[in-house]
Amino acid sequence: MKPAFPPVLGYALRRLLQAVPVVLLIMVGTFLLLKLAPGDTVDALVGDMGGADAAYIERMRAEYGLDQPVYVQLLTYMGKLITFDLGWSFVYEQPVSAILFERLGVTLLLMATSLTLAFSIGILLGAIAARRVYSLTDNVISTLGLIFYATPSFFLSLLMIYLFSVKLGWLPVGGIKTVAGFYTGWDHYVDVALHLVMPTAALSLIYLSFYLRLMRASVLEVADLDYVRTAKAKGAGETRLMVHHIMRNALLPVVTLLGLQFSTVLGGSVVVETIFTLPGLGQLASQSVVQRDMNTLMGIIFLCSIIVVVVNFLTDLLYARLDSRIELA
Amino acid sequence: MSQPVLDISGLRIALPKGADRPFALEDLNLTVEPGEIVCLVGESGSGKSLSAGAVMRLLPEPHVHVAAGSIRFMGEDLLAKTPRQMRDIRGRDIAMIFQEPMTALNPQKTVGWQLDEVLRLHTRLGRKARRARALDMLERVQLPDPRSAYNAYPHQVSGGQRQRVMIAMALLLSPKLIIADEPTTALDVTTQLQILKLIRELQVEEQAGILFITHDFGVVAEIADKVAVLRMGQLVEHGPAKTVLNNPQHPYTKALIGAVPALIPPPAKPLSSAPVVLKAEGLRKTFAARGGLLSGKRKAVAAVKDLSFTLRQGETLGVVGESGSGKTTVSRIVTRLLECDSGKVEVDGTDILAASPRELRAMRKHIQMVFQDPMASLNPRKRVVDLIAQGPIVHGTPRKKAHADARRLLELVELSPAAATRFPHEFSGGQRQRIGIARALSMEPKIIVADEPVSALDVSVQAQVLKLLAELRDRLNLSLLFVTHDLRVAAQLCDRIIVMQNGEIVEQGATADVFANPQHPYTQKLLSSIPGRHWTPPVLTTEAA
Repeated sequence: MKPAFPPVLGYALRRLLQAVPVVLLIMVGTFLLLKLAPGDTVDALVGDMGGADAAYIERMRAEYGLDQPVYVQLLTYMGKLITFDLGWSFVYEQPVSAILFERLGVTLLLMATSLTLAFSIGILLGAIAARRVYSLTDNVISTLGLIFYATPSFFLSLLMIYLFSVKLGWLPVGGIKTVAGFYTGWDHYVDVALHLVMPTAALSLIYLSFYLRLMRASVLEVADLDYVRTAKAKGAGETRLMVHHIMRNALLPVVTLLGLQFSTVLGGSVVVETIFTLPGLGQLASQSVVQRDMNTLMGIIFLCSIIVVVVNFLTDLLYARLDSRIELA
Repeated sequence: MSQPVLDISGLRIALPKGADRPFALEDLNLTVEPGEIVCLVGESGSGKSLSAGAVMRLLPEPHVHVAAGSIRFMGEDLLAKTPRQMRDIRGRDIAMIFQEPMTALNPQKTVGWQLDEVLRLHTRLGRKARRARALDMLERVQLPDPRSAYNAYPHQVSGGQRQRVMIAMALLLSPKLIIADEPTTALDVTTQLQILKLIRELQVEEQAGILFITHDFGVVAEIADKVAVLRMGQLVEHGPAKTVLNNPQHPYTKALIGAVPALIPPPAKPLSSAPVVLKAEGLRKTFAARGGLLSGKRKAVAAVKDLSFTLRQGETLGVVGESGSGKTTVSRIVTRLLECDSGKVEVDGTDILAASPRELRAMRKHIQMVFQDPMASLNPRKRVVDLIAQGPIVHGTPRKKAHADARRLLELVELSPAAATRFPHEFSGGQRQRIGIARALSMEPKIIVADEPVSALDVSVQAQVLKLLAELRDRLNLSLLFVTHDLRVAAQLCDRIIVMQNGEIVEQGATADVFANPQHPYTQKLLSSIPGRHWTPPVLTTEAA
């Protein structure tokens, strides 16, 4: 019995099937949790308007469907969700999907660059520290890692803003581009890149320390294993040992962490995006909570859960690629 | 007279401060001639592996380093070589074979890549020539399908084949000296014999000198030309294999050889009238095929197929077989640590497999286990007295009484009562196994199931623990279900044995009968694979080890 299509496709299909109930559960759970929070969209909107009479409020509730019992609201929402209709945001007066797509780019850019930087620099420093273990180099690297690890991201962000924007004036304080710049072409990219330097640094420095510590420990562990000794007994030099025998095996736990962290970076970006006023998903999420913008919030969570599922799948694929002992099944 | 391949003289290896002794090796003198196999024998901690590390210049420096002496390879001083020169020598002139074929190969690279690496490091051959050479070598170590093995990852070939790959890797460049560090210890007996034969054959072809490190005198008898015995870093005896094996001079060598179990089973006990305490009927266990629509599929493995046996009071029943034969599964089913698919295990007439959780808890008293790894089976955070008293306390013995009993048990297993308040890591392997036995005895069981209880121990310690088990069995009228892969051990302790292969009993009977006249071809193969079976350890009278 040989499958007619490549096994990876079959695997992907199975993972997709497994993901459906996971995402549905997340959505139902969040919906109910959010309903438990006091106040709703109408309260927030009316609060913004500075108050309104009870009849008007009643009418608004009826219009938004908020007068229905919770289970009816849930069923309506889930029914729409199945057709990928994320609903309408009453705060932004736009379809939720449109808002999300507008914001997703910034967050993905921020996440991808920070994680890539954190991951590559982290494993590099970790490997160097491990190979010169207990030396001055190792101590400097490990201490720096510890400092970044211990500094909260908001504090690091504020510190950087103070130093680079306020004192030195090198970098913009916040936003994704210069508002009145109207740059085009290369100038636009340079402008966006300049705006992203500090947020990326703030996010990646903290994650970097995770990778650094894990990689250092992992390299130390692998370097003691029997097959590294075998390679030494074959006459392999230091570089060869590192590249072919140690790094690849030491990377495995670090890749696991990468997958896990990709999902938490969204949470971390809430703080950083808010401080640097980046128009990303994190900022959108925190505003939506304040404004009780249920549909937008649910949309963000839906998107996040899908990202997490996809990233997990990719991590597993990568893991199977890196570790020949693992077969996709 | 040709020049020796390896000439170690006055070698002294320093250990870091705080180790149990200042020098791991003291004044070691040893030569290996071309075409000769020199066995370096000693118990764990004797410094035998460090001497190999010193020759390869792969000691964990600077903590452990050569303090004095010289190591000459083909007349050249190895200690004076630069790291670069040493790298050229390693793998080309001196090769090494390690103990654990599981871990000694890089799991992420194919077998072929790893063989190729040696050639890439030391030769200027082209890609095709290297591949041809590697394939040729794989053929010489008699791998069944060299081509597929070349492309396989290490986890895709069996343990014995992996060791063949290691040997192929070591011999690729026809080194003058091969250091083999316990190369067969992790293998089944039948595989072990094949590998030993292979090493012998290839070594004769290549005329290489081999420094063969082992703790097993059976292996020594099988393969050695010369023997050197190490004890606590000191060479206590060396000479031609025949002389040392049959007429050892030093008391330590005598004690070691005296501890090797002879292949002579104990006289049969008249047990046919004793009551049956354990009766297993039609046991079956299949590790099911997992998965379905939402997860991957795994092949079903039948670990135990329709197994029945009885154990009488005061009897020791040995379960022998190679890895994968299902012997450990049997021990787990009998103690119901593993649920069985079908069958019955009657302890004193009650079926333990059908017992409710409450009944089972009461029944566990009667049947206790001693595990293989004395390091892993004792909770490192509990004191010895708590470890032993735990069981009785759970079963309702008052704390004070349980602790007092625990202290008495320690005496019974020949440990000092002062051991009670110490932690497991403060004991040696043999002492820890005694604690494990005391823990099993604390429940006053009728049956003890011992799963490879002496496999992790040095031979002299092994002998003591076996003696203790036999004594306790006779004194407390215990029944023992003794699972082992070591036929020498089985011969020494068991009254009856069952031989398992692929989850089935292929032969059973009184130990003496099975050993003297094996019926099943598999049993015959097992028995003929025991290393050093032609050598009967001389009966030595020693004044204790």
